[in-house]
Amino acid sequence: MKVARRRFDTLVIGAGGGGLRAALQLSQAEANVAVVSKVFPTRSHTVAAQGGINAALGNVLPDSWHWHMYDTVKGSDYLGDQDAIEYMCRAAAHLVYELEHAGVPFSRLEDGRIYQRPFGGQSQNFGGEQAARTCAAADRTGHAILHTLYQQNIRAKTHFFDEYFAVDLIKDDEGFVLGALVLEIETGEPLLIEAKTTLIATGGAGQLFRTNTNAHINTGDGMAMVLRAGLPLQDMEFFQFHPTGIAGKGMLITEGARGEGGYLINKDGERFMERYAPKARDLASRDVVSRAIAIEVREGRGCGPDGDHVLLKLDHLGEETVHKRLPGICEMARIFLGIDPAEQPIPVYPTAHYTMGGIPTDRFGRVVVPVDSGEEAIPGLYAAGECACVSVHGANRLGGNSLLDIVVFGRAAANDIIKFLRENRYHRPLAQDGVDAALAHLARWDRKTGSESVAALRAELQAVMEEYCGVFRTAEVLEQGLDKVLELKARLDDAVLTDHSRVFNTARIEALELENLMDLAVATVTSALARQESRGAHSRVDFPERDDQRWLKHTLFYREGRRLDYKPVRMKPLTVEPFPPRERVY
Amino acid sequence: MRFRIYRYNPETDTAPRMQDYEVEGLEPTMMLRDALLRIKAQDETLSFRHSCGEGVCGSDGMNINGRNGLACITPLGELKEPVVVRPLPGLPVVRDLVVDMSRFWHHYRSVRPYLIVHDPVPEVEFRQLPAHRDRLDGLYECILCACCTTSCPSFWWNPERFRGPAALLQAYRFLADSRDQETESRLDELDGPYRLFRCHTIMNCAAVCPKGLNPTKAIHAIKKLMVEHAI
Ligand SMILES: Cc1cc2nc3c(=O)[nH]c(=O)nc-3n(C[C@H](O)[C@H](O)[C@H](O)COP(=O)(O)OP(=O)(O)OC[C@H]3O[C@@H](n4cnc5c(N)ncnc54)[C@H](O)[C@@H]3O)c2cc1C
Ligand code: SF4
Ligand code: SF4
Ligand code: FES
Repeated sequence: MKVARRRFDTLVIGAGGGGLRAALQLSQAEANVAVVSKVFPTRSHTVAAQGGINAALGNVLPDSWHWHMYDTVKGSDYLGDQDAIEYMCRAAAHLVYELEHAGVPFSRLEDGRIYQRPFGGQSQNFGGEQAARTCAAADRTGHAILHTLYQQNIRAKTHFFDEYFAVDLIKDDEGFVLGALVLEIETGEPLLIEAKTTLIATGGAGQLFRTNTNAHINTGDGMAMVLRAGLPLQDMEFFQFHPTGIAGKGMLITEGARGEGGYLINKDGERFMERYAPKARDLASRDVVSRAIAIEVREGRGCGPDGDHVLLKLDHLGEETVHKRLPGICEMARIFLGIDPAEQPIPVYPTAHYTMGGIPTDRFGRVVVPVDSGEEAIPGLYAAGECACVSVHGANRLGGNSLLDIVVFGRAAANDIIKFLRENRYHRPLAQDGVDAALAHLARWDRKTGSESVAALRAELQAVMEEYCGVFRTAEVLEQGLDKVLELKARLDDAVLTDHSRVFNTARIEALELENLMDLAVATVTSALARQESRGAHSRVDFPERDDQRWLKHTLFYREGRRLDYKPVRMKPLTVEPFPPRERVY
Repeated sequence: MRFRIYRYNPETDTAPRMQDYEVEGLEPTMMLRDALLRIKAQDETLSFRHSCGEGVCGSDGMNINGRNGLACITPLGELKEPVVVRPLPGLPVVRDLVVDMSRFWHHYRSVRPYLIVHDPVPEVEFRQLPAHRDRLDGLYECILCACCTTSCPSFWWNPERFRGPAALLQAYRFLADSRDQETESRLDELDGPYRLFRCHTIMNCAAVCPKGLNPTKAIHAIKKLMVEHAI
């Protein structure tokens, strides 16, 4: 089959903070780069990030990148790769200054330096006093960063394909990735983008769960594309539940609210985090706080007529602080709850938030797979941002570390791509088989018979994931969950669209997204069922302890035969001494 | 609840039409986007953009009972029935509630919406006093939803030459930034009868902005700067 083609040095799939940071670096290096995004770049979900980005600037309290590294390793429950973590924490200050120079309107201290606030899991001196490491633009840091990066890309004349949906990667027999088949949403026409290197930066998959803080578009497309290309996904069992989503609705209330001095109470008005984390209290790691809230509710100390949430109290901070430092939260509370948080507490409950797992990469952003002697990079393929698993977050991400992750590894990947382009000057011949397979995948949705609806299946999948793969897990529940997910996946074969038009057919896009979600759900539940321990966000009631003997290793899930494999955690940092696993207390 | 929705698919329709829908089980605290999603679950052919669901991504600007707004933060309880939903006015319709935003983006790009600094950059951050940073409040929060520009009569009449409130707000966002060093040329670019001066202070823009921003005020501030710089 014939299809229109375009050629670039580099294809970047995704225009969130990760994709845009990479694109900027590439455009500035005069690489010929195409950025494909299924929504206009500033609609990407980075825009929703609130609290801030971590870097040990030490503007407010003493700090060092090494303490940041310690906190990140501990926060990851020792599943993070320490070389990548060292690299990220060392690079952080520079990357934040760069963002500031590019125009990010950070909030300021009296002397004009960048404002920083305390966030969960941050300490001075390797586990000492609370640190203040999160650089903030009020509570709209993601918006500020995303818009600034987009703006600088306009200046650098990056080539954008706005509202194009990436369907599948194109690979040749030798395993080189040659670009991707994309769909122009406005016309419904497929387009083949050939590139010497492809960077996937498609963000997370929060839409796996019914109640989530993520945008409708966060369907993990890039991760699923990688699975379909026969490559594995790493650590998919680790999904972060943010402690403070608006109860029942899911919109996020930033950890910065607690960073500014807010705290959680149960129905007795008790500041219950004191019992779970005597030192860090409300600023313990997210996995710890989410479990505490779930336990409070389960044991009958929840608030409201149904006792199904707890309250986040901010009214003691004074109107000035609440309105000045958390304007976005105030707006959200007014619109969705009709309350002013400076006067009334906010009902909250743990909500699906962040995909710790993803496409396995090294700290250069190269997608890697295990081979006998260790790991090997897939030539031409890169991943960065929430879709990737470097892994700097391990089993639990610290707040403020994701915005950092996306810019640090977006840039690192771009730098490696520039090197790769210097050594690989020519496009490889196109693999027609790969193109045909991708076109066939797309054509599947032209079928006119079937009885299932995409919207209904998506809703069922989300409900199943929430019920069978949530904050607390057991073998029994996960096994049921796996059966259900597989059954839903089988039913997807029988799904049919009633709209087969070309122009701006969002029904077709949602069908493609649902296919992606299905594969990711299978990956998540399968990985979770296999891991018989509790670590970070993966909390097994039947295996309540962390088991470093058996499980200090990364999971790899392959789509073919739902095969699992494992690889060691990189415990050796680049220059400093390793942080060996210790008991994790806050 | 009853809805009348603008429908147009260029592949099958010769002209736009209004289609009525009835949706059961909606609550007044639900948002218009929730209702549209229910409708889409029944009738897949309805196309509209949306994403974040919380008023931060700017995808779902549309004309709701005659007024531009974001579907995701418009509570159903505030809407008179039947709720009449149309695409944003003043831009070509691609399909149903989806408009072609090219012209809007063109004007946005035209104001050079990025910080330009010529001084060598320091090792650390540029210092910016809180009072200077405060000047960016009410400007940097713009989510580019186009609700303002597409409600502006001056834009309807001069869509090619008048930059429109959203782009002008962004122009001022960089003029107001103490770090930016292109004030003169930015002001020069906006001079002349159309780009800026077509604004007749009709104020529709400020009235509809879902983020509570005030482009009219920004436009005034630019005019004031121009006067200051002329002398
Ligand atoms: C509500 C909320 C608040 C947060 N607050 C913070 C915070 O304060 N600090 C912090 O560090 N982190 C925070 N996070 C996490 C952080 O914002 C995200 O992890 C990060 O922004 C992800 O960036 P990204 O570039 O990887 O992906 P995204 O910003 O999600 O971008 C993904 C891009 O990929 C594109 N794309 C996806 N699929 C396709 C496809 N098939 N074809 C074409 N394009 C595609 C999309 O269009 C988009 O451009 C928050 C997250 C949420 C949800
Ligand atoms: S104030 Fe100016 S920009 Fe705003 S709607 Fe009126 S004419 Fe348009
Ligand atoms: S100024 Fe307001 S209405 Fe206009 S584009 Fe920005 S957010 Fe939308
Ligand atoms: S869906 Fe993002 S602004 Fe409404």
